[in-house]
This record gives sequence, structure tokens and C-alpha cells, in this order.
Amino acid sequence: MAILAALVWASAVPAAAQAPEEKVIAGLSQTHVSITTDFSGSEIFIYGAIKRDAPVPKDWPLDVIVAVTGPLEPVIVRKKERKFGIWINDAGVTVDTAPSLYAVATTGPFRDIISFTDDFRYKVGIENLVHFIGETYDKEFKEGYPEALVRLRRASGIYFELIGAVKVIDETLFETRIRLPANLVEGDYRARIFLLRDKAVVDVFETSIEVRKVGLERWIYTMAQEQSALYGILSILVALTAGWLASAFFRLVFR
Amino acid sequence: MNIYLPIAEISVNAFLLLGLGGGVGFLSGVFGVGGGFLMTPLLIFIGIPPAVAVATEANQIVASSFSGVLAHWRRRTVDFKMGLVLLAGGLVGSAVGVQIFAYLRELGQVELLVSLSYVVFLGIVGAMMFIESIRALLQTKIGRPAPRRRHHWVHGLPFKMRFRASNLYISAIPPFLVGVLVGVLAAIMGVGGGFIMVPAMIYLLGMATTVVVGTSLFQIMFVTGATTLMHAMLNQTVDGILAVLLLLGGVVGAQIGVRIGPKLKAEQLRVLLALLVMVVGAKMGYDLVRTPDELFTMAWRGGGH
Repeated sequence: MAILAALVWASAVPAAAQAPEEKVIAGLSQTHVSITTDFSGSEIFIYGAIKRDAPVPKDWPLDVIVAVTGPLEPVIVRKKERKFGIWINDAGVTVDTAPSLYAVATTGPFRDIISFTDDFRYKVGIENLVHFIGETYDKEFKEGYPEALVRLRRASGIYFELIGAVKVIDETLFETRIRLPANLVEGDYRARIFLLRDKAVVDVFETSIEVRKVGLERWIYTMAQEQSALYGILSILVALTAGWLASAFFRLVFR
Repeated sequence: MNIYLPIAEISVNAFLLLGLGGGVGFLSGVFGVGGGFLMTPLLIFIGIPPAVAVATEANQIVASSFSGVLAHWRRRTVDFKMGLVLLAGGLVGSAVGVQIFAYLRELGQVELLVSLSYVVFLGIVGAMMFIESIRALLQTKIGRPAPRRRHHWVHGLPFKMRFRASNLYISAIPPFLVGVLVGVLAAIMGVGGGFIMVPAMIYLLGMATTVVVGTSLFQIMFVTGATTLMHAMLNQTVDGILAVLLLLGGVVGAQIGVRIGPKLKAEQLRVLLALLVMVVGAKMGYDLVRTPDELFTMAWRGGGH
């Protein structure tokens, strides 16, 4: 019986990626993020366990990548050129897809734990998420634009990697914390947890995080978009009221 | 305390915004300028997208100028007739300006438009004010009153109207054109335009200086109101929360300014204002010429759709 089990296990190893022997089960401390007026970012605690029927494989240590990405959207990137002695934006290049947020935590340096093939297949690394689509890719002309987008977004803190921030306990339990910045945009965010062995993805767990403006933020945003005339008038009324109140108040206080 | 701005979609410090509003509002009360020429660059500097900064600043100026107008109205230092002529021009200019703004936003050139307008107008106005105020300052030192030119080409135009409060009998065309120019600037620079209107009223139209500030604020209030409405409808770039924070600080600052202004020495203040205007203009000019550290920029999410 033991021999049979060992045989089955041995034959299953090469096909690990197709029929995972190890499965990842994970949970998030929150799957809804509400943007309130005093929203200053949100920390998400991500934890999980590895479910397996066979003993822990010894040949390669277990690695985990936790990737939280915002909705993909096209972004216009412009480059400044000196014309007539001043720096002027060019017409701009539309990078077809770029996540509004890219927050990744790993057990180790990217290149040490995931192969190029799987990185590309599962679109884990930032360079595989920020790119042009199909025909629009014209290498010479658009060179440097996606890289600039990544650089700018890294600088503003909405793209970041936390290398070594995932803690694995006994090759079975793992946990990490990802702090989402305050400058979040609404949408459905993807949270993916990759389980890796020998630089190959063994299993993926995916869930979504809903990021929504609520309360006053929701009300103002919706009204500005949908009833823009009323919103404009209301803005003016608020301004006039504030101006009058200040005037009346100061007249009361100073005679 | 950080606060999330629903339209700009960034989180900024609330006290910073209140403080900025207060400081700029104070200048507004003292000089009769909206203060937008300082506030808009400051907002862009702290990371507010230019399109949102310009539109929201217009909304804030509505509050500070209304507060100022009330104070001047009680002192009877508003020439309503002159204000209405300026306003008629202002509304035309504002409508044109908002269209130009929306068009250039599509092209990604709003930043350039805003910067260039600042450099050109602040440079010219600042230099003119500086020379004039230095001259006035020297003349009061010697003890001679500044000569006031009673007649120039402005007085030869048709459509003459009598502006009693301003002590003027002139054509309606120059004030109307001044209004148009100020309206365009209000829309594309996020300013009230007082910094251009006040000198124009004094030097070009020859208005009695007592009513200049009140009348200027009166026109600014309506033009920035119209600008706010048009930006809200065309560009959806008025941020309600940003506006409230700025105007809370702004109206209080303006009230203090209106009370302190008359007690300060007018000529010296004008020199200071002229210097301030020139510094802001020079800074914007320098940024256009200087090789930037980062050549690339990203369009703001709300932009270019």
C-alpha cells in the first residue's frame, strides 16, 4: 500500500501544475473597502493554509506570492519635449492596460521564486500588467512610456512590492499584511494568491475586494457625474452661504 | 487629519487646506484680488490635478469675494453700474475660456495653458504694478500728490455712460473688454482676475480708487460663479469637499483682511503685492524652461475621455 502511494505520488509530480496536489486555501481580513471622508488607507490581512494529501515535498521549498491589483484601465502617458525653449507635452501614448493599484507581497525575490513563463502566463509581475494590446504596439515610437507609467506610479506609492513579506510556517500556513494607500480609486480589485514550487505555479486562489466610495463621498461623486448642473448650482450656493456667514459672524463679533 | 477628496480622488491634509484658504483669503480681503493666482499653483503643487484645482478654486473665490462684497456694500464702496458692465463682459469671456480649457484638456495641454497664462499675465501685471507703486511711493515721500491723468484715448470712444460712484463719464466699451479678458482668465487660470482688473480700473479707466476693490469683487463673484457652473457641467472637475475646506479658511481670512487692509499703508502694500505677483509668475516661467527631472506625465484619470 505504501509502495503504491509512493508510485502514485512520483508519477503525479511532473504534472503538478495541471492537477495540483497542493491546494491553497486563503482568507482576507476584509473584502470590502469603504472610502469614507477620513479614509487614510486600509490594511488587509491575508492568511491561508496549504491543503495536501501527500507528505510535504522535500525537493524545493514552498513559495507564496500575494498580488492585489486594481481595475485595469487605459492610461494616457505624455512625454515632455523642448520646443521653442520651453517644455511641452507631446500628443501622448495610450498604454492600453494598467492596474490602478499594484500591491504584491512575496516570500522572496521575484526572479528566485517564479519563472518567466509562469510570470507571463499568470500576469504576476508589473511588466506583464502594464502593456499595449496587439496591433497598437509600435515599439520604436512607444518606447519608454509603459516603464514611465510604472515609475510614476511607484513614486506615488500605488505600485509596490513587499519582498519577503509573506511569512510561511511549517510549509503549511502563511500570512501577510498589505497596506492599501489612501489614494484608492473605486472598483473591483483582484486578490490572487500563488502557491509556487520550483519557480512553477502549483495553485492559485483568487478573490475580489470591492472598493467603494460611501456616504458623503459617494453622494458628491455621483451627483457631480450625473446631475452636474444641480451640483454646480449647489457648489455656488454653499460658497455664497459660507461667504455670508463669515461676513455676518465678523460683524457680530467686531461691532 | 487627512481627508479624501471625492473628485480629485486623492487624500490630503485638511488643516493644510484650511491654512492655505485662510492665508490666501486674507490677501483677498486686503487687496481686493481673489487670490486665485496664488491658490491654484499651490493646489497643483500639493498634488491636486490641474483641472480640478482650476475649477474648484473658481468656486472658492465665489465665497471669498461674496464675503468681501458684503463688507464693501455696507461701506457703499461698490459701483454697481460699473460692476454690471464689467460682468457682462466677464460672462462672455468665461464661456469662451471654459471651452478653450475643455479643448486643451483633451489635448493634454492644460498644464501648459495654465503655466503660460500665469507667466505672461503675472509678469506683465506684476511689473506694471511694481513700477507704478514704486513711483507712487517716491512721490508721496517727496510730498507731491501723484498726478492723475484725466484724459486719454479711453475717453474718445462711443457708448458713453455715467458712473456716478466711480466719478466717471466714459464709454462702456473699455470696461466691457476688461470684463471679457478677466472672464477668460477666470476660466483658464482658476483666478478671479482681480490682479488684472484692479490695475485696469485705476490706470486704464481712471476710476476713483475708493470703489475699485468693492466693484472688482462684485464682478469677480458673478464671473467665478458662472465659471464654477460651467466647469461643473462641462468637465465635472469641481471638488465639493476641497471647495468647502478652502472656502472655510478663505472667508475667515478675507474678513480679517477687509478689516486690516485700510489700516495698512496702501503704497507699501501695493509694492508687496506687485512683488508677490512677479515671484509667482517667475516661478511658473522657470518651471517651463528648466529641464524637468521626470519627462513623462500621466493624464489624470478623469481627463481626456
